[in-house]
Amino acid sequence: MGKIKMTANIVRQEMIATDIYSMIIEAKDIAKEAKPGQFVDLYSADGSKLLPRPISLCEIDKVAGTLRLVYRVAGKGTLEFSRLTSDHTIDVLGPLGNGFNLENGKAILIGGGIGIPPMLQLAKELNCEKSIVLGYRDEEFLSAEFKPYGEVYMSSDSGTIGVKGTVMDAIKEYGIEGTHIYACGPTPMLRAIQQYALENGIRAQLSLEERMACGVGACLACVCKSKEIDAHSMVHNKRICKDGPVFYAEEVEL
Amino acid sequence: MNTKVNIAGVELKNPITVASGTFGSGMEYDEFVNLDLLGAVTTKGVANIPWPGNPTPRIAETYGGMMNAIGLQNPGIDTFVKRDIPFLKTKDTKIIVNVCGKSTEDYLEVVERLADEDVDLLEINVSCPNVKEGGIAFGQDPKALYDITKAIKAKAKQPIIMKLSPNVTDITEMAKAAEAAGTDALSLINTLTGMKIDVNRRTFAVANKTAGVSGPAIKPIAVRMVYQVANAVKLPIIGMGGVMCTEDALEFIMAGATAVAVGTANFHNPYATAEIIKGIEDYMIKNNIADINELIGCVK
Repeated sequence: MGKIKMTANIVRQEMIATDIYSMIIEAKDIAKEAKPGQFVDLYSADGSKLLPRPISLCEIDKVAGTLRLVYRVAGKGTLEFSRLTSDHTIDVLGPLGNGFNLENGKAILIGGGIGIPPMLQLAKELNCEKSIVLGYRDEEFLSAEFKPYGEVYMSSDSGTIGVKGTVMDAIKEYGIEGTHIYACGPTPMLRAIQQYALENGIRAQLSLEERMACGVGACLACVCKSKEIDAHSMVHNKRICKDGPVFYAEEVEL
Repeated sequence: MNTKVNIAGVELKNPITVASGTFGSGMEYDEFVNLDLLGAVTTKGVANIPWPGNPTPRIAETYGGMMNAIGLQNPGIDTFVKRDIPFLKTKDTKIIVNVCGKSTEDYLEVVERLADEDVDLLEINVSCPNVKEGGIAFGQDPKALYDITKAIKAKAKQPIIMKLSPNVTDITEMAKAAEAAGTDALSLINTLTGMKIDVNRRTFAVANKTAGVSGPAIKPIAVRMVYQVANAVKLPIIGMGGVMCTEDALEFIMAGATAVAVGTANFHNPYATAEIIKGIEDYMIKNNIADINELIGCVK
């Protein structure tokens, strides 16, 4: 079984912070294949909005056959999703992308903003010593759910949660050390982590984001710059939806 | 019941293919759709050398459609011949290779490289709105279109399909120029040049500033142009522009298209092509149509 598009029942949905929603969907055939760091495409029921919205997997329950999606309302498509309840269904395509490679070593998991959700399933599956660094603007979400899996450190732009500043400020402030970084968040955050990892010889996997259309590697909309000529594209481009979204720090130019 | 159609001597088992650039070379959709079902696979445009394409963001959503400025990123003809053609040859479908270039020489180099390859038709992209050189420059002037069509036709071993741009005042003038120069078929329409502004970032939604609009929002324009061209020239036409479902495909056929390409719909529903093929068969049974060719251009 590879990727499938299906109509999923919505188990439940709740708002967990301003504009941040947690939706659990029943998608057994996708859940059984899914890995941390992968994503699904969600489709609007409104025919005027044709393109799917890529949403990361926050939790994967292979026994129940469910996926938990935590996303931010960023436009009309996600606004429509946020209004769905357990009476509704939603069309979903997945699992998409490569996901994180789970490696042995002392791990630092770093999530920034809406890049935090995919780190939760990763935290559950990574069987090693973990430090978890979460960066917020000014409102905390999901942090309590990380506590069973490692030491949680936080930063915020406003300084109201944890260290005032970025996740990199938190790493320095708390003297967090590790041999492997796993990160998802806004590009400036990933760029800072990439530089830090390369300078300090830390193996880092970065989960990138770009506007997508097909989600399966055909349309070449969501490319990122690769350091080397990519074997598929034959140019310095990799497809985030298919070759990624997770890349090693040394593979990409941010 | 006959669903076979003929494009310049090449028989397609049914009239459904895909719009260049929306389907790669079929590999990425192979796990959703049995490619053997398709009348033909039309590949992403291929040039003489690898092209990196445009900066991101390359796409944006629009009401009832989308816009793209991918910039014809492609791995170049060498990789295409080694990797993509052998893949497609494992499928029981016809192969339409979309050819792009910046100069007449670029196009000819690709066409000559393909001469010894077992592909069925060449679709010549002279209508991409998203590259600065070549592309649409050949597709907006009847004389330039005539010249490049003539040059390619002289070298091509396979029948050629000139892909027309809708970004012209009178598309029938372009169709007639391509016909006079000897093209074997036409495909239309490529995307309509558009623009979207992100008011929150106060910048263009797509990095290229302008981008090609596709999807159901442009379908009525595409159907009208297919109808006009079908009545202006005697060439087979591959019609496209916002085909989402069986009914849309039938509109193009009735307007005069011999075959129909499914494009943006693949992004909305990866099973779209197979569903449309089945839907056409169902329509023919329900309406007692023995031969799909009866429907081509049946609306006068």
